[in-house]
Amino acid sequence: MEARRVPRAVSDPKVRQVGFFAPGAPPDRSQSGPPHPASSSPPVSDISPSGNSLSPVMIPPPRHLSADLARGPHFSPAAPLSPMRAARDSIPVGSYNPSEFVAPTASEFTDDALSPNWTARRSNSGKFASSLPAGGFDMSSLKQNNFPASSLTTVSIVNMPPGITEKDGGAGVEVQKERSKTGSKASSKPLKEQTTKAERRAIQEAQRAAKAATKGDGSKTPAASSGLGSSANANPGKAAKASPQKKDNSPVAASEKRGSDRPQDKDRKKDVPHPRMQFDDKSRVEKAKKRSVVKQTEAKNRVELFRHLPQYEHGTRLPELESKLFQLDPVHPAVYKVGLRYLAGDISGGNARCIAMLQAFQESIKDYSTPPEKALIRDLTSKINSYVSFLIECRPLSISMGNAIRFLKSKIAKLPLALSESEAKAILLSDIDRFINEKIILADKVIVRHAVTKIRDGDVLLTYGSSSAVELLLIHAHELGKNFRVVVVDSRPKLEGKLLLRRLVGKGISCTYTHINAVSYIMHEVTRVFLGASSVLSNGTVYSRVGTACVAMVAHQFRVPVLICCEAYKFHERVQLDSICSNELGDPDMIAKVPGRKEIDSLDDWANSDNLQLLNLIYDATPSDYVSMIITDYGMIPPTSVPVIVREYRREHLWT
Amino acid sequence: MWYRSASFILDQQQNDGVAQPESRLLSPTAPSPSMAETPQQNPKISAYYQTRAAHHGVVSSDWLAQAQAAVGRQADEAVSDDSLSLKSGESPKAFSVIDEFNNWRKQPELAEAVAAIRALASVIRSSEANTMMELEIELKKASDSLKSWDTTSISLTAGCDLFMRYVTRTSALEYEDFNSAKSRLLERAEKFGEISYKARRIIAMLSQDFIFDGCTILVHGFSRVVLEVLRTAAQNRKLFRIFCTEGRPDRTGLRLSNELAKLDVPVKLLIDSAVAYSMDEVDMVFVGADGVVESGGIINMMGTYQIALVAKSMSKPVYVAAESYKFARLYPLNQKDMVPALRPIDFGVPIPSKVEVETSARDYTPPQYLTLLFTDLGVLTPSVVSDELIQLYL
Repeated sequence: MEARRVPRAVSDPKVRQVGFFAPGAPPDRSQSGPPHPASSSPPVSDISPSGNSLSPVMIPPPRHLSADLARGPHFSPAAPLSPMRAARDSIPVGSYNPSEFVAPTASEFTDDALSPNWTARRSNSGKFASSLPAGGFDMSSLKQNNFPASSLTTVSIVNMPPGITEKDGGAGVEVQKERSKTGSKASSKPLKEQTTKAERRAIQEAQRAAKAATKGDGSKTPAASSGLGSSANANPGKAAKASPQKKDNSPVAASEKRGSDRPQDKDRKKDVPHPRMQFDDKSRVEKAKKRSVVKQTEAKNRVELFRHLPQYEHGTRLPELESKLFQLDPVHPAVYKVGLRYLAGDISGGNARCIAMLQAFQESIKDYSTPPEKALIRDLTSKINSYVSFLIECRPLSISMGNAIRFLKSKIAKLPLALSESEAKAILLSDIDRFINEKIILADKVIVRHAVTKIRDGDVLLTYGSSSAVELLLIHAHELGKNFRVVVVDSRPKLEGKLLLRRLVGKGISCTYTHINAVSYIMHEVTRVFLGASSVLSNGTVYSRVGTACVAMVAHQFRVPVLICCEAYKFHERVQLDSICSNELGDPDMIAKVPGRKEIDSLDDWANSDNLQLLNLIYDATPSDYVSMIITDYGMIPPTSVPVIVREYRREHLWT
Repeated sequence: MWYRSASFILDQQQNDGVAQPESRLLSPTAPSPSMAETPQQNPKISAYYQTRAAHHGVVSSDWLAQAQAAVGRQADEAVSDDSLSLKSGESPKAFSVIDEFNNWRKQPELAEAVAAIRALASVIRSSEANTMMELEIELKKASDSLKSWDTTSISLTAGCDLFMRYVTRTSALEYEDFNSAKSRLLERAEKFGEISYKARRIIAMLSQDFIFDGCTILVHGFSRVVLEVLRTAAQNRKLFRIFCTEGRPDRTGLRLSNELAKLDVPVKLLIDSAVAYSMDEVDMVFVGADGVVESGGIINMMGTYQIALVAKSMSKPVYVAAESYKFARLYPLNQKDMVPALRPIDFGVPIPSKVEVETSARDYTPPQYLTLLFTDLGVLTPSVVSDELIQLYL
């Protein structure tokens, strides 16, 4: 035993260090590891001790109470779950945060983006990476129906003040005015809030003049309760209201607490992600609607399991938007244009959407000029935020877009303060260009170069839908003179495969076209399956066009290797186990109607019958078991190594 | 160490007895040209397996006598090895990395990749380059020529790549003057060679926890790492039993069983097709690897895959012992998705020309059939391999 142990203790660690890690090389994983636990743990620790310290200043919004009472029974079982929930929330799944709806210009994101902290980026990403439209709610949706709707309301009500405080004075006032306007509109808002707000404003003005860090109690109340709101999922009932106080303690030293509530607030916000909007929560949806730029009509008959996802009646949004073109001053025309094209479905595909969005942002940055008495970093971030929330209203963001936005914001946040406006803009523009080139265009080339080594003469390749990376790959392999055949599998209602097929056939590649119904038949002759992905999640799950999972499963059953081509910028640290909690609903009419076949359009008036619900899912999740390999710009990796890429990629973000 | 003599026999056959084995060992600067040429001469046989054949010898009828004769020689061999490593510093006028590599390669205990690493180190040593860039280019050229010398050897390729990675990736290189940078490179190269050389020892230590008293271990193929593991276990007075597959066509199992018998470990020989038959008696399967690929699977001697499949279906753990220089940036999707390494098979009787013979020498075992990998980086699950590789090459 001794003989065994002694050498082990000595030799193992030594080699581990020296082994193949050059001392000068990037820090090994022991350094990159910590951020994760660190960032995910705070929420947990925040929440658990929170229950008992009641803030003297806190006034629970009346609505909150009643709702709490109504939902009372649900809460107690929820309580023990809290750490778990918090953990889950710290990796916010998709979607936007509700406060965005309170006022699109809310500077929520500003502080997130500004903070150099990991967590910030984390939560940010979560928010943006949503596939849910504006006002999406937390994925935990189904479980969290029991969770205090009203406390969420509080979030949106109160989230404003921190925003104000973080902004420069002028902005703060403006926003606040806006806030109070919306506030008065919202029937649910208690009178008390109004008075506090006035008080708060006064205090803020005083503060601004003094430039002191200290702050009156009046403003603390809402700030604190906003903390509550976002953490409320874990803190049911009244106890929850007390929580923020405690909460603040954990990120910042307790001694600081009184003096600087604002920075704390910032910290707290970073830690606690905002819950996503659940579209089965009527009151919240109502509120969100009031604020939204795009007036949308909700579809009525939605499938039970997918009520938490937004679904709008098609065609109700476009005219509305068009008419508003000239009233919408906060949205830059380029962004507006892109948004409309998303809405109309002109731009689809993860890369195309992402590039279009980034280019629109570029346009808007070109035309941007910092308003007097504002800092570019903050003001531009809030501008971008408002654009993003507009885009979300047009179509939920894809994860790739979320990552791109995260990148842009971190770039803005890291701009040196001393920089002049034109310099800063030039830097940002070139950064965006670089992102498009390196992370999307070049990445695709590298992927193609890797993937082409897996195509041999005589292969029969199957692809599903239309993926830009796979298309490039097939064309490149053909140009290399490889002798192979392609099976394009397609599915209703989008029939995207047809376009791909057309282009491939145009290049002279021999193709077979079939629908997904025949996939089990055609799989016999296939030797490789190449699929694209909307995103790859850190448990190796591939989030892609609906039907992908089916194709992958059939291929797996036939022992055909499944290769996923996906750029590394689409990777996300989220974990998703099914296709339900986060998804996007398409227009149900698309599956109800068969174009050109009047005789079988028997579902024409489906919307009128209550007992018929149509489900047109856009994405699905393919478990990693069915994936043989993921081809990224970092090479060919097994699905188990996605977290490593996410980690490395993140680090790169931090450094550059 | 009888196999030493077996390899000598083979060498003698190849070289028509030109050089006496001892004298060749002591004169590393005069390599036999035939060794370097062989792979090109016979493209049907993978160079990798030629090397293995040279080192481990085909078991011939008089192997026992050879073994007896070789036992006495062991002591002075260690000395000769040392002198060899010292001598390799002074290289001949026309320095060739391949020759150097072949010199190193002649030591049976030295893995091919380690030989390559040492050969590359001596490239740095004998280099006349005046700038860092020149040196790097020279090194690159040398490693490329090594790699192209034998494309079928995974560990050779991987070892060269890792060496390049490890040696040239020093932050110190930028601001130092050339000579000190070169000596630093050399230092690193030496260190790397040292680590790689010791890897086997480390693996043997790590794996001891997994061998328990009274266990039965199935071993496939002749792997020096596995042998080291078992030898260490025997030295630690563990009680275990080995099932050894025959390892057709080069009968590597016979060699291994012979080694183990010398260690007083109870060994039972099985024909390759008796694996499933005896699997229920087995507690664990131990195999080496020619290469560890990015998916975490291994490429190893033909038959490993089917043993792993049988073991999986009978819920027996499959352990792989492999040094980290065998980690390769390859990702085979299935058995045919590899560079084939061919090897002639002797069936004992003439085969009609119409009959096709599968001569591939190795197969790919996917990661889901492996339990753990014992490497000098630690005991890893298959999925960690790719993490390591990403860390290394990214």
